[in-house]
Formats: sequence, C-alpha cells, structure tokens
Amino acid sequence: MNLLRLFSRPRSAPAARERLQVLLAHERAATGGDADLLGKLRDEILRAISKHMQIDDDKVSVRMERGAQVSTLAVDIEVPFDAGKKAA
Amino acid sequence: MGKVIVVTSGKGGVGKTTSSAALGAALAQGGDKVVVVDFDVGLRNLDLVMGAERRVVYDLVNVIQGEAKLTQALIRDKRVETLYLLPASQTRDKDNLTTEGVAAVIGALKANFDWVICDSPAGIERGATLAMRHADIAIVVTNPEVSSVRDSDRIIGLLDSKTLKAENGERMEKHLLLTRYDPLRAERGDMLKVDDVLEILSIPLLGIIPESMDVLRASNIGSPVTLADQGSAPAIAYFDAVRRLKGEQLPVTIPGEKRGFFGKFFGRKAA
Repeated sequence: MNLLRLFSRPRSAPAARERLQVLLAHERAATGGDADLLGKLRDEILRAISKHMQIDDDKVSVRMERGAQVSTLAVDIEVPFDAGKKAA
Repeated sequence: MGKVIVVTSGKGGVGKTTSSAALGAALAQGGDKVVVVDFDVGLRNLDLVMGAERRVVYDLVNVIQGEAKLTQALIRDKRVETLYLLPASQTRDKDNLTTEGVAAVIGALKANFDWVICDSPAGIERGATLAMRHADIAIVVTNPEVSSVRDSDRIIGLLDSKTLKAENGERMEKHLLLTRYDPLRAERGDMLKVDDVLEILSIPLLGIIPESMDVLRASNIGSPVTLADQGSAPAIAYFDAVRRLKGEQLPVTIPGEKRGFFGKFFGRKAA
C-alpha cells in the first residue's frame, strides 16, 4: 500500500525548485534596482485614477500573479454612475 | 465572534508554519471560515507553504499602516473557498507592527471569521508576543527534543503572563502539539517519549504529528498537508487534532504504535 503510493506519485522536488526560482527572482529584483515594479505600477495606477474620480477603497480589488516569464496585475475598480461629478 | 488561536513554540523549525497551514486548512475543509495570519514580518513563509506566494499584493503591515484595506490584503485559497491568508510583509521591519494596529486587525478578523489562526515567529520578541497577545487558545508546537521542550516551557510562561487573557486574570487555554515524532526512535529510546514531554510541560495533548515525507512533499508543492494528501498519516493526525480542538473527546494514538483491541478503547485521554 505504502509502496504503491510511493511509485504512483510524481516527485515533488521539481515543483519546489520551480516555485522557489520564480519567487526568489521576484524578491531579488525587489531589493535591487527595479524595486518592486508591480507594486509601483499598482500605486501609480490607483493614484492616476483617483485624480479623476473618488475611489471607494472597498470597491477596489488588486490582484497579482507573478510568473516566470510574465506577471499580471489586475486592478478592478467599480465606477459609480456619478463618479465624474465628484472629481476635484 | 470567532476564536483566536496562536500557534507558537519559542524555538524555530519545529513546525509552526506547517501546523498553522494544516490546522487552518483542516478547519476550513470542515466548512468553517478560517483566516491564517503570518506574524513573521521580514521572514514570511506561510504564503509559500500555502502556495500563494505569487499572489501577495498587500500584507499585514500595509493594513496596519492604513495603506490597504483588510479585504484587499486577504488572499482566498484556490482550493478551499472558506480559507484565507493574511501574509506578513517581507520588506518592512517588524517594528511596524503596533500594538493598537494588531488589536484592530484581529478585532476585525474575529468579527468575520470562525477561526483566526496566528502563526507566530520564532523567538520571544515583539512579533511573537504580539501574535499571542489576543489569543483565546494557544497551540504550543514542540518536538520531542530537549531544546524544543525547554523553549516551549518558556513560551508557556509568557502565555500565562504577557497575553490579554493573563492580564485580565483569565486562564489561557493551552494545548500541546507534538510534531516530527518518530515512533521508531522513541521505541529505541533515542527520543523523548510522549509521556516524558507531557509530564514536563503539563499541558493537555492536542495531537501527535509523525515525522513524515508527506509533510515535506506538501510544502514542496505549496499545499497544506491536509489538502495535499488527506489519507496520509500526518494529515489524519491534523484532522484528529482539529476534532479535539472543537471539543470532541478523541483518544490520542501514537503514530506507528500497534494497538490491540483493548488499547483502542483504553487509549490515552485527550484534553
């Protein structure tokens, strides 16, 4: 039973290696020159939008997915019907 | 109002993060709404063990400093929908954890979750004392090894003096979780036995987690062991621990120990 399980499962070390490589690449970049690009983009996008409308913090959702080749940043903002009127 | 659990040990490397993830997932797999909070500011790892390391946007320090809303910082698990993670900051200093800030965050989490599990950093410094400060229940993770038992004893002392419960003259509910237990080595007499540890620390036993490859495998793939392989020995031990945590009277069995018919009925009494 135990032997069967041992042979039937894929080895997990390659998964660990790949996950660590992606993670550490991002963390090293964050402490180096290009300090947390995704984080900077996130803050600046929110700042740019708040110039034109009042953002309700509860209606903003920011998601990131850091990948080996490509990372994605998704900013979801609910724009209320009268958003424009509140702009400064 | 949810219950706040601190998973603590004093010593590092005994299995606090593994146990926080496994217990949190096991509770959520039973349908409870659970958030696991990483208090190890500067050296976070709960995100990695839970497989959410690529999805961290905001963290505990961002919330405390008012840079993000709590709802924005919470990461929902992709496998169990009632399981959430609040990551620690990797770049900020742990001095950014203020007593008032932590109190506000824990208060808000308690109002929205059935269980708030605080994964304490090693040591007895600020991060560790803040992680335990608001706890209703403490789970002391200990290895059957002298330095771990000594540090656990020290932590039990802090739980009885430096927490809100202690300051209010109430009694902190404390449980021992014995991890990395190797029955073969215990049998050979090379490892402290369960009864030895219980006698020294004298707090009730929540469970015994066997030393197992399955724990390493689970962390490799970024999954709490109760999700990675529900039928494995450590997963079963964590599921049983959760049942005891919820008040069920379930005898604790020592992993790998052969029990006869009578042994099953007259097993060790759980707390």
